[in-house]
Amino acid sequence: MAQNSTSAVADRSAESEGLVVQKNLVKVEGLWKLYGENQSLATDAAGASITKQEALEKHRTVIALKDVSFSVDRAETFVVMGLSGSGKSTLVRCLIRLIEPTAGRILVENDDILQYDESQLVQFRRRKVAMVFQHFGLLPHRRVIENAGWGLEIQGISKEERYERTQTALDLVGLQGWEHAYPRELSGGMQQRVGLARALAQDPEIMLMDEPFSGLDPLIRRSMQGELVKLQRDLKKTIVFITHDLHEALRLGDRIAIMRDGQVVQIGTPEDIVLNPADEYVEEFTRDINREEVLTASSVMDKAEIVLLNSQTPKEALEILLSRSLDSGCVVNDKGECVGSVTVDEVARASKAGSTDLASAMNGSTKPVSKDTSFGQLIPLSLASDRPIPVVDDDGKLVGEVHREKLAAGLGSRNHINNVD
Amino acid sequence: MDYPLPTEKQGISFSQLQNSALFVFGLGAGVVAVIVFAAAAIWGSQMEFPIDAGRSVGARIDAVVDWTNINGDWLFSAIKIVVIKILITMEDALLWMPWPGLVVLVTLISLRLGGTFVAAFSFLGMMGMGLLGLWESAMETLALVFTAVTLSIGIALPVGVFAARNNRFDAVLRPILDGMQTMPSFVYLVPAIMFFSLGNVPAVMATIVYAVPPAIRLTNLGIRQVSPEIVEAARSFGTTPMQLLTKVQIPMAMPTIMAGINQTTMMALAMVVIASLVGAGGLGEDVNRALGRQEPGAAAIGGMSIVIMAIVIDRLTQGVVKKRQDALRGT
Ligand SMILES: Nc1ncnc2c1ncn2[C@@H]1O[C@H](COP(=O)(O)OP(=O)(O)OP(=O)(O)O)[C@@H](O)[C@H]1O
Ligand SMILES: [Mg+2]
Repeated sequence: MAQNSTSAVADRSAESEGLVVQKNLVKVEGLWKLYGENQSLATDAAGASITKQEALEKHRTVIALKDVSFSVDRAETFVVMGLSGSGKSTLVRCLIRLIEPTAGRILVENDDILQYDESQLVQFRRRKVAMVFQHFGLLPHRRVIENAGWGLEIQGISKEERYERTQTALDLVGLQGWEHAYPRELSGGMQQRVGLARALAQDPEIMLMDEPFSGLDPLIRRSMQGELVKLQRDLKKTIVFITHDLHEALRLGDRIAIMRDGQVVQIGTPEDIVLNPADEYVEEFTRDINREEVLTASSVMDKAEIVLLNSQTPKEALEILLSRSLDSGCVVNDKGECVGSVTVDEVARASKAGSTDLASAMNGSTKPVSKDTSFGQLIPLSLASDRPIPVVDDDGKLVGEVHREKLAAGLGSRNHINNVD
Repeated sequence: MDYPLPTEKQGISFSQLQNSALFVFGLGAGVVAVIVFAAAAIWGSQMEFPIDAGRSVGARIDAVVDWTNINGDWLFSAIKIVVIKILITMEDALLWMPWPGLVVLVTLISLRLGGTFVAAFSFLGMMGMGLLGLWESAMETLALVFTAVTLSIGIALPVGVFAARNNRFDAVLRPILDGMQTMPSFVYLVPAIMFFSLGNVPAVMATIVYAVPPAIRLTNLGIRQVSPEIVEAARSFGTTPMQLLTKVQIPMAMPTIMAGINQTTMMALAMVVIASLVGAGGLGEDVNRALGRQEPGAAAIGGMSIVIMAIVIDRLTQGVVKKRQDALRGT
């Protein structure tokens, strides 16, 4: 989750050492798109301070994008969110040059795609990137398999290979058995699966998705989101996902960019957006968000104050805890994996009983939780437990502990909370 | 690769311009009307125009046509050879099959595209033409019409496609097509005779000029009507403009293009009698001859044959259009 700071570090080192491999795949710098009479606003000094309203009234120019900059890491799901007309579609179309930006740079693996000539652009669209559209954009007179194989067909790939690769993509999105149906015969959700399969069949590094689930009814939308999350776990594509629905953004995004009037007003992790909204506009979005679902253990955990080794005896543990005047401590094994926690009472009882095994003391120990555990799951655990809950990373290594008071604070005001980065 | 979006035009200033232009125009029209009424009151109906330019403008056009005739001779000869070749091939093809073969074939196609009623109509109509001794005339007319329509399609597709992709060309083309369609078709006969002398060739050429506009118009319209979302999606996958045209736009525009071809065919049939004035054979010649000899019966029979032919062709092409539409709807 915390890719912000790490990516910045990786960037800097990559640049200074001139390394080819770098973490961010797409980098957008100072991107403008204007519609109308006064195209020079993008490069003028005047443009920098002008509002969308002023530009429209005084210059008869629509500012669709205003000085947008961000970067997207490899395998990251980057969500762009904003109200209608905030420039989301314009932005994502610029990334594949369906719309030509007025000014700025778009670097994909350090190549400025805005400098591409026509044939380079065609190659870029065929190899690197694929897009999924809100209204699907399927060809009505072609069967599902021919629609999903579109990208391969226009590259001149043989029918056999095309069908094989397309079939794989159709299987991935759960459309086996529908290969020979026509789009009209499918429900909206299934049509969008075809759109998704068409993009996946290209095996692109980057997937652009412009409100792909907005046209679907809520239940289907939720299940499609779930499937996308599952797919992404295996495929690890770099995704730029457009939505106007914060729930969707929070569910899918590793990071979220919030747009207003063509400008990016905040970029951050889901927790960031919910806990530290940059301004009232963002706060308005987050108002009806259920914090229990968004916040995770990692956003409220503290560093473990003490780490006990399971090779220590209860007596040694008791001394350590008392010397620091702590009520409890987490216990790890020799690999650094957390095995549980003990309270002062427990170790005192065990050492009185003459036990030499710390593990035997951990009677009421709570099982460690993953750092991605949501508040919703943490709260009952925390209430049932008489001690802080250990938090572990994906490898089972101890990364912190959650105190009950911190949980309560996280649900209420947004002060007293860790900045996740 | 990127075609200008209509919405990227500067719509605001344009509408204002339109408003002020309208105002000036209205004012001017008012002033002119006052002057005209005043003049009419003074001179009455005796009033003459200050000059009579009719003759000299006509002579100018004559000169242009003459010049073209002399200097474009090689071109007209080439066109003539090609058209004759197509005509003969068509006619040979139609007359190659003995009449029962063609009757059965057309009836079967009608059955497939139009259903039993159309099939029955086709069968009876064709038998009628044969029994009335008009078979050969009908085939000659059919060859003439098919040749004109084939050449019209050859012209209409590229022109229509280009007009769909280029707004400026479209703006210039539109009034020209209007003119071609409203101009009395007789007018085309004069230069047609001069360039191609008498016979079937000038008839075909005049027919094309008269009949090609709907095919161009509807090709243009059909391609413009393809949903921009589908075009955008196709382009996003690295579709080249040519692939876009052949694999997306034309297939999706097909029903509309076919409707244009249907109209073009109907208009070509409407030209059959007029074209016989420059020496075209077939049913038109029969009707024309009946006119000269004052034989209303023969004229009626020839005319009816043309109508029957038109109905059959219309139902068949509409059947094709409908099949394409169903295919596009994916049912
Ligand atoms: N072709 C165009 N001509 C003029 N203005 C345009 C054009 N396309 C978009 N705009 C303007 O650019 C701005 C951004 O539009 P965009 O479609 O990117 O918004 P969006 O965030 O995708 O909205 P939505 O949620 O409704 O899809 C809007 O103010 C819109 O009016
Ligand atoms: Mg949009």
